[in-house]
Formats: sequence, C-alpha cells, structure tokens
Amino acid sequence: MALLDVEDLRTYFYTRAGIVRAVDGISFSLSPGETFGLVGESGSGKSVACYSILGLIPQPPGKIVSGTARFDGIDLLNCSMHSLRAIRGKRIAMIFQDPMTSLNPYLRIADQLVEPLRIHEKLSRSQALKKAIESLEEVGIPDASRRINLHPHQFSGGMRQRVMIAMALISRPEILIADEPTTALDVTVQAQILDLIKQRQKQLGTAVIFITHDLGVIASFCETVKVMYAGSFMESASTNELFAHPMHPYSLALQQSIPALHEKGQPLYTIPGLPPDLTQEIPGCPFAPRCDHAEAICREGKTVLTEITSGHWTACVRFQRGELAKMGLARTAV
Amino acid sequence: MNSFLVLDNLKTHFRIYRGAIFRQEIGSVKAVDGIDLKLRKGEILGLVGESGCGKSTLARTIMQLVPSTEGTVFLEGRNLSKLSKNKVRAERVNFQMIFQDPYASLNPRMTVLDTLAEAMQTRGKLPRKTLLGKVAALMNTVGLPANQMRRYPHEFSGGQRQRIAIARALAPEPKLIIADEPVSALDVSIQSQILNLIVHLSRRLGLTMIFISHDISVVKYISDRIAVMYLGRLVELGPAAEIVEKPLHPYTRALVSAVPVPDPVRERQRRRILLPGDPPSPLNPPHGCSFHPRCPFAIEACRAARPDLEEKESGRFAACIRVGEI
Repeated sequence: MALLDVEDLRTYFYTRAGIVRAVDGISFSLSPGETFGLVGESGSGKSVACYSILGLIPQPPGKIVSGTARFDGIDLLNCSMHSLRAIRGKRIAMIFQDPMTSLNPYLRIADQLVEPLRIHEKLSRSQALKKAIESLEEVGIPDASRRINLHPHQFSGGMRQRVMIAMALISRPEILIADEPTTALDVTVQAQILDLIKQRQKQLGTAVIFITHDLGVIASFCETVKVMYAGSFMESASTNELFAHPMHPYSLALQQSIPALHEKGQPLYTIPGLPPDLTQEIPGCPFAPRCDHAEAICREGKTVLTEITSGHWTACVRFQRGELAKMGLARTAV
Repeated sequence: MNSFLVLDNLKTHFRIYRGAIFRQEIGSVKAVDGIDLKLRKGEILGLVGESGCGKSTLARTIMQLVPSTEGTVFLEGRNLSKLSKNKVRAERVNFQMIFQDPYASLNPRMTVLDTLAEAMQTRGKLPRKTLLGKVAALMNTVGLPANQMRRYPHEFSGGQRQRIAIARALAPEPKLIIADEPVSALDVSIQSQILNLIVHLSRRLGLTMIFISHDISVVKYISDRIAVMYLGRLVELGPAAEIVEKPLHPYTRALVSAVPVPDPVRERQRRRILLPGDPPSPLNPPHGCSFHPRCPFAIEACRAARPDLEEKESGRFAACIRVGEI
C-alpha cells in the first residue's frame, strides 16, 4: 500500500510573461519508510511539486491545474483547509534549505517547538516543553534544556538545521519532505545532518522525500530517485540502477558533468544550450533541444514515463523504442 | 627567489570593538593567521576550507583589498604590501579576481562592452576601433557571441554572466587570477561549462591561479596543488591527487570523507569520518592545534602547542604532530 499517491500533478503559474508550467504532469507514489530522491537543476520544478502537495503554493499566481495526491484516503490537493491543516506539520512535515529564514527570528526556540505540539497534540505547556527538550536532545543539541530558551540567531547554521529537524519530527510524521536541507551548510556539517536524518528516519520509520541538486547526496542517501527536468520526470529508478545504467540522456549528461567522476583536466561533458523557457509549450520531450541523441520523433507528442526493466522507468522515446541502449559512463577513481 | 607569488607569514586580523562612545577593543578575529605559501608561474592552487576559515579574506589580502596586519605579499619579487594606494591600483592590472556571484559582481548599468573596455584600458587608452576588435576577440575567447557586446548583464543567464566576469578578469592581461568560488552559484550543467572554460584558458594563457572552493572534488579536478585551510591557517598543502587520495591531516581526511561521491556502490563502502561540533569561533580559537577539539586523534600534546606546517613527505606539508602515527 502506498503511503502517498500523486497522480498527474500540474502546477502552473500565471504571470505577466505567460503561463509558467512549473510542474507539468508528474505521478509518483511513496511507500512507508522509503527514501526517495528528487534531483534536478534549479527551476526544474522539484520544490514546486512538493509545495503543491502541502498546499504551500501561493494562489494566485500559482494554480494547481490538475492532479490528485492521495494520503490515507484524503486527496490533499482537493480537501478543505481544515483537513489539510490537520495533516500538514503533523503527519507530513517539511524542512527547508535555509534554516535562518524558516525559523522565526523573534521567537525563542521553545515557543516555536511547542507550537506544533500544542496545536496538533493538545498538550499542556509544561508537557509540550518537556517533549520539546527531549526532541532537541534526540537531534544532538547539547545542553538542550538551557538552549531551548535561546533565539535562532544564537545558533550556528548546523545547529539551526538540527532545530528544524527536531521541529519537523516532533509529532512523528509519516512523511518528511526535505527541500535541499544541507545545501546551505558546510560539507562536514552536511555529513552530520545527513547522518542525523538517516538515523532519525530509521528510529521513526518515516518516509523521506529528499529534494536536491547534488547527485552525491542522492547516491549516499536515497534508495530510489526521480530525475526531474522542466516540470516532468525524465527517469525513475533505484539509485543503484540510475547510476549504473542511466536510461535517459539527461541523467547521463548530469553524471558526466560532475568533476568528481573525472581525472584532473579531462574535459567535462557539457549540456549544450539553456534550460527551456517554461512559458512556451514544449512539443515532445522537453530535453530534446539540448539532447545529443534527439531525432524527429523526440519532438512529436508528449513523452510518457514507461517501465523498461523492473522498477526502472524512462521518458526517453528512443530508449523506449530500443534505439538507445547501454549508455556507458566512463568511471574514474576519485 | 624564482617563485611567482610568495606569501610570507601573512596575517589579517580584524579588531572587534564594543561600545560606541567609549570604544573598547575586546579582541580580534584572526581571519588569516600566519600563512606562508609559494606559487610557481603557471600553477593552479586550489584553496579549500569551510565557511569562515578565512579563504576569502586571504584572497582579499593578496589582492590588497584588505590591508594585512603583518607579513608580506610578493608578486614577482615586488612587495605589494608596502605599496601606496595609488601604486596598488596601478599594480592591480597584474592580479585580478573572479567572484562567486556574477549577479552581484557586474555593474548592472554597464553594457558588456563598457565593462570589458574599462578593464582593458587600465593599461592605457586604446583607439575605439582597436578596442572594439579586442572586446570582440575576448568575448569569443570566453565563448560569448561578440554581437551581444551592447547588452546589459541582466540580459544574460547566470553562466553567461560568469563568462563576462571571467572576460573582465582577463581583460587587463593579468599575471595572477584569484577565483573565489566561481562555480558555487551555478547549476551542475553550467558549472561544467565554466570549469571547462577555466581549464582551457589557464592552459592556453598559462595563467597562475588561486582557485577557492569549499568543494574538494571541484578543486581536485582543476588544481595542481591543494592547500587546506582551517581557522586562518594552512593545515595541509600538497599535490592535488595525493591530498584527496591519501590525506595526511585528520581535518583533510574528514573533509574528503564528508563529500558524498556520486556513486552509490562506492558510497556504501566508504566510511565517513563525522566531526563532532561546529568549527570554533575565530574570535576565540582553541589553544594548541586549533583543530584538536574536533579531532578524533587528539592527544595531550595537541593541546599544548600549535603545530607548524612541516614537510612530512616529499612535496607534502601538514600541520599535525601525529601524521606518522595515525
């Protein structure tokens, strides 16, 4: 049984420049306890997709044009604000990229941590405070009972992200959406935070949707991964499969352009052109204009994610027709 | 001395004051605290470290954008730290900088032509015709269409803007370029274009470069040697590949192991060294080795005295007393 089932989600923004098709027909499901990575470049729609599910898209200019997101029998995209509020923050929680802007600078950590408990679990102030201190201890904040009374600016970036994680996990959600939670952090701190999310996930059995642009983070953290480009999924596979046998020219191009997999000075692969202008309707595969393997067929008709081998889906028409196979990536030692 | 750039015990301290009327000095941030370094001509040095370790301050001190507190910078034997403001200005054609954010580092009211022409004429005024020709040639060099020279920065994408910033740095034909996180703000696919361009240009023009990044995989890809910085000091220095494959200093080890590798098979076999805590405040650095509070190998002696950067193996320097034992 899928925990979350998203079908044909389309989120458009109606701007003066035209209609921006930020998310253009994506479907996926998430099983309990699964860690699924959503990878793509900026503007590919990965954050908008997750914000849409939680009803966090400002409307207008945004609008969810179509789609359903089934969670425990409720369609999150078409339910009342009241029932969404009962789920958001309690059963589906989110952590954001920049912990400084997502914590309220005026409020002490205690006030911010206690709020969800008071609202969702109807605890008394003292009970909630006790639980809040425990939750800070669980994310490795030393001297939690004293530091809970501090303000966000008195914490370092890594510590703030720990507070965010504590806050998100305090009501034991079934799904955690992590939107680039380590992008603003240093690598050594990133390692700590990834380790912490992993460890808490194991203890609580939370399913995690992990949004990132870093393939390295995907490789170390996620079981399955979806590659997003221009509002659509290009490929969906287990992490191992995606790296070993990429079945979409875009996924391969992404891997080939990372310096980590190259020897010094060996030319990096570059994707020609620029990401598409999403206000223009793209006939066919959105990646076709930049793709080395594109042919006339790629520019006709919408692409559909199709399963090629068990659990490995691609939107590449030429792959589906068996014209492209076994794209190799020359691996070199790091 | 045949080294191209020499840093001799370079220190940049920022004083911290308290109070507005009765200003009292309460301490100083030792952003750069005694750095010795020599660069050959044509060498690319990668400088890595976490935020706040002083890499950008070091870059700015070399560029003479921030006065050094102590120590000297020699470029081709000339002492830059002793020059007057006007002299530094005249000298600056020889060393240029590329910044992280191409949105902030280009003047939005100047066309590409204006920006590049201004930088080009720092060595002397040129006739209009020559100038146009040179700007067009330079734009071609960095992979921009020359017919777009009358456009403004906002008409370009992030990657193209970074190309303009690179062109501007190259315009006065400098001898040294310092690139401060030039690809950190860019997407992966754009990042690879810019890295390719930098590698290509440095080979073609024989540039000497200091390439600053927090991403050790980028630095390893681009540089000949890597210098690792922690809290204002160098903790390790050596050939790029060797540092990444066999780091000597425990901090470098942790840094290398912390970067996730985009390969799930290898990623699972890797053992990550998790450093406890955050980098300490440079306002109040720990006694002895500044890394000891987070170091898994620290012993009593590490607390006692601050280790100097010493040659541990041929061409490899590390500031750690336990290199042989761990």
